[in-house]
Amino acid sequence: MTKLTDLTIAAALNGLNKGEFTSAELTRDHIGAVENARALNAFIVETPELAMEQATASDERRKSGRVGLLEGIPIAMKDLFCTKGVQTTAASKILKGFTPTYESTVSQNMLDQGMVMLGKVSLDEFAMGSANITSGYGNVISPWRANGDDKQRIPGGSSGGSSAAVSARIAMGATGTDTGGSIRQPASVTGIVGIKPTYGRCSRWGVVAFASSLDQAGPLARSVEDCAIMLQAMAGWDQKDSTSVNMPVPDFKAVLGQSIKGLKVGIPKEYRVDGMAPEIDKMWQQGIDWLKDAGAEIVDISLPHTKYALATYYILAPAECSSNLARYDGMRYGNRVEGKDLNETYELTRAAGFGDEVQRRILMGTYVLSAGYYDAYYLKAQKIRALIARDFTEAYKQVDVILTPTTPGSAFVIGEKQDDPLKMYLEDVFTVPVNLAGLPGMSLPAMLDDKGLPLGLQLIGRPFDEETLFKVGSVLEKAAGFTAKPDMGWVNAK
Amino acid sequence: MTKENKYILQGQTGDWEMVIGLEIHAQVISNSKLFSGSQAEFGGEPNSHVSLVDAGMPGMLPVLNAYCVDQAVKTGLGLNAQINKYSVFERKNYFYPDLPTGYQISQSQYPVVGNGIVEIDLEDGTTREIGIERLHLEQDAGKSLHDQHPQKTYVDLNRAGVALMEIVSKPDLRSGEEVSAYIKKLRAIMQYLDTCDGNMEQGNLRCDVNLSVRRPGAEYGTRTETKNVNSIRNILMAIEYEASRQIELIESGGKVVQETRLWDPGQNITRSMRSKEEAHDYRYFPDPDLLPLELSDDEIEQIRVTLPELPDQKKKRFMQDYGLSAYDTSVLISEKPLAAFYEAVVANKRDAKRAANWVISELLGMLNKQGKEIEDSPISAEQLGGLIDLIQDNTISGKIAKDVFSIMVETGDDAVKIVEEKGLKQITDTGAIEKIIDDIIAANLAQVADYRGGKDKLFGFFVGQAMKQTQGKANPDIINELLKKKLAGE
Repeated sequence: MTKLTDLTIAAALNGLNKGEFTSAELTRDHIGAVENARALNAFIVETPELAMEQATASDERRKSGRVGLLEGIPIAMKDLFCTKGVQTTAASKILKGFTPTYESTVSQNMLDQGMVMLGKVSLDEFAMGSANITSGYGNVISPWRANGDDKQRIPGGSSGGSSAAVSARIAMGATGTDTGGSIRQPASVTGIVGIKPTYGRCSRWGVVAFASSLDQAGPLARSVEDCAIMLQAMAGWDQKDSTSVNMPVPDFKAVLGQSIKGLKVGIPKEYRVDGMAPEIDKMWQQGIDWLKDAGAEIVDISLPHTKYALATYYILAPAECSSNLARYDGMRYGNRVEGKDLNETYELTRAAGFGDEVQRRILMGTYVLSAGYYDAYYLKAQKIRALIARDFTEAYKQVDVILTPTTPGSAFVIGEKQDDPLKMYLEDVFTVPVNLAGLPGMSLPAMLDDKGLPLGLQLIGRPFDEETLFKVGSVLEKAAGFTAKPDMGWVNAK
Repeated sequence: MTKENKYILQGQTGDWEMVIGLEIHAQVISNSKLFSGSQAEFGGEPNSHVSLVDAGMPGMLPVLNAYCVDQAVKTGLGLNAQINKYSVFERKNYFYPDLPTGYQISQSQYPVVGNGIVEIDLEDGTTREIGIERLHLEQDAGKSLHDQHPQKTYVDLNRAGVALMEIVSKPDLRSGEEVSAYIKKLRAIMQYLDTCDGNMEQGNLRCDVNLSVRRPGAEYGTRTETKNVNSIRNILMAIEYEASRQIELIESGGKVVQETRLWDPGQNITRSMRSKEEAHDYRYFPDPDLLPLELSDDEIEQIRVTLPELPDQKKKRFMQDYGLSAYDTSVLISEKPLAAFYEAVVANKRDAKRAANWVISELLGMLNKQGKEIEDSPISAEQLGGLIDLIQDNTISGKIAKDVFSIMVETGDDAVKIVEEKGLKQITDTGAIEKIIDDIIAANLAQVADYRGGKDKLFGFFVGQAMKQTQGKANPDIINELLKKKLAGE
């Protein structure tokens, strides 16, 4: 029999329904897997007692016929979601020991649908990073290794704890947040599926903010269907978030397996960037062929402002973060380092509490909003953001969905690119425009590269058209037949 | 004195003129705060009206209170101002312990209300139009309590997030009198609209004063902004101090520096707080947690139809319908409850002018002395009306009425009852009065002879005697008439 930890969410829900196993059993196996995989450093806080309690309660509910969308499914929660009674740190030392008295809307929605929470998984500090090497609680290590080397590789970021946990089969799914690619890039480099829904689809209430106009929650899981199930549970209008959108959440599962005959798929020429690995190109072409075979029509398109996206993003996101992180001042909660006066207390507190990358972005953001620079940076970036969004609007007059690679390469070795923030920022070159335009984007595994590491394809949809992503995603998933798993030998040996 | 002259300040080297603009922070009357559901009420145990949003907890988001927007629009309409259908909430970033999020949500580039006009009433009965530059909505900060502990500062967040309207005037004010009239008028308008109670003691109406001086008619000089002036009296003192300081500075060869100053109510001086160079860079940018505020013509219209009669409309009506002077009217309408009191007094076809005199001179004089507001008046409008009725139907004289009024204040009794019990009813029986006058003439024959010999002034003596005999109760008209007849020997 397959190990319970290898099941997809859909298969586990089926097994639970048929009474083949209980949530308590499913959860116990996952708790064991979490303990065995501590070498990954995926979790900041494990909550096994809470998980077992929730699993037992779920089994009771199931007996009485009340079955939620995630009934009894063990999930890892990104530590950016505030969880009532469970420490929430955003992977920052400044919030070490902070225990919210409230539950984020998204995690509450999931609890309402029967989720079992295994614990809080790590991330880049305040979700700022693409490699999960800026966490105040240590690097997260990918379970994947390249053929013939045992170097530690990145799980992607910022949802690196989520991607590591899901790909290592220690959680069935995980929540993520995506500000510039933080769901899709980690999913891509760990061989799993991740979707960032349209901005406004999921509530941001109770999610520690990085860049409010870009942040969006979404799921990471091991199949397109699992992502559909999870997003169904997470999404929905929330009066407590003025930027969430009052639209019905469609039945995402219903479109899985539907024909894409005649669907128009855009291939943006600007995404063929210099220095892109030849394998990425090969994979992209493979994706195009799979969709052609399924009856889709391939259309060459242009998104002319793509080249400005990264620069725009690295003005707007730091600008918003410089303001969003002002509340971490040591006055009301979190850690404080006393100085001789108020200003010194602020300085010492924030110098001790924030890591280098967070400080770098606060400084950049403060700079671009300063008097005399606002027009040249912030305002100009806002204008370009509008142009980037318009590129997509124009494109969607011709096509229904856009296909690109998710990342310019596979997972790199921890330590690489670390000396040069600009190189690191390039990781997000294909994902950032999607956030700037507020569109839904999905990454799903396509193949392994020469080193035996996963590569992902990205689908970009019209606003609030996640359904097309799920439909096309399920076609690609079937065609790719990606079944590779990380060899967990080294993880469990520790 | 010509009209222009009253604005002139005499310096050592010639004439000067003040140029003043005010920034008024008015707390919006609303049950809950601008972006959270916590109570906006004044007072309460420290930190008892604080939500997760107010405390700036991680992941918390603001949600705009639509009622506060309505209140701002209403106020804008009351200021004859343009209502902007598109406005934007921005973040004003600075660190302070009583500002939990590290930024204040305010409106900078796109305020909800634009240009408007307020007509102010001056003591000489003239009016002037003062321009309003804008009105915008913003959150209040919390309160730092420095006096609770020898080393520590405590923070009370009850006020954090409460909605304020910042109303910015154009630099149109030229004197202390105008500033005072402007604040009073603005306060009256907001009280009429029920959008701000105008209570300066509780800090519900706060004022920053922008002031510069110039030679009459010259270009604007460099201005300073004086903060922390929280009563009209202090504002007038701050203006006077700051104008003299600037004039003396310039006349002695110095230069006014653009800076923020603080009013020190202990020493009655302004003090430099921070210069332009030290000014905060607030790094305003649109708050990404909030959508731009968009209002439709329909929504604005729906608010417009709810507007009550405003002070200027009331003033016009009082002058027209009651025939009152501009000054009397401006006093009566200065506070909504006072105007309502007057209208209740003048009801039942009482003489409008007499009613105005009684309300302004007697009632307000008495309240002033007792330090009371019109709402706490010991005499109701009906009672004062009753007193006026007694004068009007000749039951008592105006002089006796003042005594009755004093007794009413003390006892709270109705005028009729007092007049009845104390026997203060006017003697209008001609026969009785004639008898008294005959007695007086008989007892004062020498004076009668003098009077008849040409000493007209003695007439007052006889009136006095008659009043004395009747304890002031005799109808003065009848006394006059009879005395004249009798003294003339008729």
